[in-house]
Amino acid sequence: MEVKEILREYPKNGRSNLIPILQEIQERQGYLSREAVKEVGEYLSLPASKIFGVATFYNQFRFEPRGKYHIQVCRGTACHVLGSATVLEELEKTLKIKPGQTTRDGLFSLEVVACIGACGLAPVISINGEFHARVTAASIHQTIEQLKNGEVQS
Amino acid sequence: MTIEVNHQPVEARPGEYILDVLKRNGIHVPTLCHMKDRFPSGACRMCLVELEGSGRLITSCSYPVEEGMKVLTHSPKVVEARKTILELLLADHPDDCLYCVRNGNCGLQKLSLNLGVRERKIRGQKKELHLDRSSASIVRDPDKCILCGRCVRVCEEVMGVSAIDFINRGSNTVIGTAYNMGLNTSSCVNCGQCILVCPTGALSEKNQFGEIRQALDDPEKTVVVQYAPAISVSLAEEIGMEPGKDVNGILNAALRKIGFDYVFDTSMSADLTIMEESAELIKRVKKGENLPLITSCCPAWIKFAEEFYPDFLPRISTCKSPQQMMGAVIKSFWAKQTGIVPENIYSVSIMPCTAKKFEGQREEMMQGGLPDVDAVLTTRELAGFIHMYGVDMHRLEPEMTDSPLGARSTAGKIFGASGGVAEAAIRTAYYKLTGKELAQFRIPEVRGFKGRKETRININGLDLGVAGVSGLGNARELLDEIRNGRDDIHFIEIMACPGGCINGGGQHIGADNEAIRARSCALYEIDDREPIKVSHKNPDVVDLYSRFLGKPLGERSHALLHTSYQERYVLK
Repeated sequence: MEVKEILREYPKNGRSNLIPILQEIQERQGYLSREAVKEVGEYLSLPASKIFGVATFYNQFRFEPRGKYHIQVCRGTACHVLGSATVLEELEKTLKIKPGQTTRDGLFSLEVVACIGACGLAPVISINGEFHARVTAASIHQTIEQLKNGEVQS
Repeated sequence: MTIEVNHQPVEARPGEYILDVLKRNGIHVPTLCHMKDRFPSGACRMCLVELEGSGRLITSCSYPVEEGMKVLTHSPKVVEARKTILELLLADHPDDCLYCVRNGNCGLQKLSLNLGVRERKIRGQKKELHLDRSSASIVRDPDKCILCGRCVRVCEEVMGVSAIDFINRGSNTVIGTAYNMGLNTSSCVNCGQCILVCPTGALSEKNQFGEIRQALDDPEKTVVVQYAPAISVSLAEEIGMEPGKDVNGILNAALRKIGFDYVFDTSMSADLTIMEESAELIKRVKKGENLPLITSCCPAWIKFAEEFYPDFLPRISTCKSPQQMMGAVIKSFWAKQTGIVPENIYSVSIMPCTAKKFEGQREEMMQGGLPDVDAVLTTRELAGFIHMYGVDMHRLEPEMTDSPLGARSTAGKIFGASGGVAEAAIRTAYYKLTGKELAQFRIPEVRGFKGRKETRININGLDLGVAGVSGLGNARELLDEIRNGRDDIHFIEIMACPGGCINGGGQHIGADNEAIRARSCALYEIDDREPIKVSHKNPDVVDLYSRFLGKPLGERSHALLHTSYQERYVLK
C-alpha cells in the first residue's frame, strides 16, 4: 500500500525517478522488498532485474529488513587506522552475516558506512543510532552478548 | 570517404564505425562484447586500434570513421594493450579449460592463442561464486563470466525478458537475476540465446548425458529417440561439414550406431500438431472465440506468455508441442503396437533448443506418472554424443527412420524455420475447409528472417489474417497491438528464437547469419523436393488417426495430445 502511495507522486514509465523512489521506499520500510521492487517495476515499466541492478550499484540500499539492532560500522579513515577492519571482521564472525544482511532471528543487521563524523571516538560503531566508542573485539562480544541476553530475559 | 588503415587507403561510409570498415576489408580485429547489428557497448576494449599521429587507443566498435583518419590495427602498442586486457580478464578466470563445456570453442581460448598468451602474468583473486544449476535448461557459472554483457543484451533487447542484469558494482559485479534468485524461479524462459552469445563457459545447457548413457546400457530399457525438424540441417558444422547440409539419412544411421533402439523424426508429430491445430483454428474461427489462435510449439514462448501475457493464455493452442506429442504417442500407441510396456521405454529427444529440456519436465507433460519424454539433448550435445561414441559421420550409409511413426510430410519438416508452422497449418486448414489442395503450397510471405511477417489468406471467401513472429521482443510488440484492440489477425505463429528453431539456443555456437540462412534454405529445398507436402497426407498420421486417435480434437487426442497453461507469478 505504502509503495503505491509513494509511486503516485511520480510520473509513470521511464527510469529517471528510479533512485528517489527507491530511497523513499527504503526510508519508509527500512529496506527494498521483492514486493516493492515488483510494484516499482510495474509502475515504471522496468524489469525487476534492472531495478535490482541499479539498487545494488549503490551501498545505501538494503534488501533485507533491518534487525531489531541495526549495527553500523564506520569504515572512515580514522576508524580504519585504528582497526575498524578487525571490528567489522569480528562482527561478521560473531553474527555470521555480511554487511547488508540480517541474522535469521531478525535481531541484528549489519551495515558499513563511510564516516559517521565521530572520528574522535574511533573505531566507532553505532547500534540503533547510539554510538559505541573505541570498540575492540572483546567489547563487541560483550555488547552483542548483553543485547542477546536482554532479549532472552524480556 | 577514404581512411587509412595500416598505411593503405580504405573506402568508408560516413557514420560507419571503424570496426565495420575493417571487417568489410578483411581485417580482423578481435572483439568480445560486440554484437552484430546492435548498438556498440564498448565494454571489453578488445577491439582497440591506434590513431596514427596522436597514438591514442580507441575502441573501433564504437568510434565512427572520420575523413582522413589513419588507424593502425596491429601496431606493437595495440597488440600489447590487447594482450594486457586479455591477461586481466584471465587473472581471475578458473582456468579449468580441460573440464569446461566450451573447451575448443571458447572466445578466451581463441584470443589467448592468437595473442600468444602463454603464461599467467597477472594473478587475481579467484571469485568462487555460486554455480546456478537450478534451471532445467541452463547452467550459469559466474566464475567463468567476463562481464561482456552479451547475455544481458540478448535477454533484454532480442527477447524482451530481462531475466538477468549486471548486479553490484566494480570488482563485485556479477551477472545475475533480481534478488540473486536461481534461474528456475526467475523470469528466464529457457530460450538459451544467452548461451549462443556467451564467449566463455559461463552459460551452458543442463546436461543429461549420464542418464541417457545409463538407459542405453540398461538391457531392460528400450531407448527411443526423436529429432526435431531443424536438427538434420543444423548438425553439419558440429561434425565438420558445410553449414546447411542435410544429414538426415546418416543421422538415422548414427543414432542407431550409438545404440538407440528406434529412431523417429519429430516432423511426423509436427504433422500431428498441424492436424490438431488446424482443427482448432477452424473451430475457433467458426465460433469467433479465443482469436487469434497462437501456436504452442515453442516452450520458451509458452513460459513467456505464462509470465508476461497471462491474458493471452486462452488464445494459445492447447496442442502439446511436436516433441511432447511424439513422446505421448510413443508411450501409448507405439508401446501397444510393439508390445513394450511404457515403463520400460526411455524416450530421448534431440532438439535445437534448451527450453525443450524444461518443457519435458513440466508436470503437465506426463501420463500415468510417466513423462512423455525422459531426456532432451541439444544439437551441440548430440554432436558430443556422436564423438563420445566414436561414430564417423563421413563413413555412414543413409538409413530410414523406424516405422510406424516414421513417415513425414515436408509441412512438418519446415517447422524448423520461422513461418513454417503457419505455412503448414494454412496448407491443411485450406484442405479441411475446401476439400481441395492449395494450388500453390509455397507461402513466401511468411518465410524468411524478418521479425514479423504478416499476410492474408483467402479460403473460399474466408479472409484469414496470419502472422509469423520470431524473437520474443517482436512478439511483445504484436501482442501489445492486439491488447490495444487490433483484431484482424486469426492465427499467429510465435517462435522465441530469431528466425525460428534453426537459430535455436541449442544450436552450434558461432554460426553466422549465412549459416543460419543455409539451414533455412535446406529446409525449403526439402519442401520442394519431397512429394508429401501436407500434413494430412502423411500416411502414418492418417493411419494413427484411423487405428488409434479417432479424429482431431477427439477424446483420445484431447487426453494425449493437448495440454493446459497457467499464469506464473515470477519477479519480472
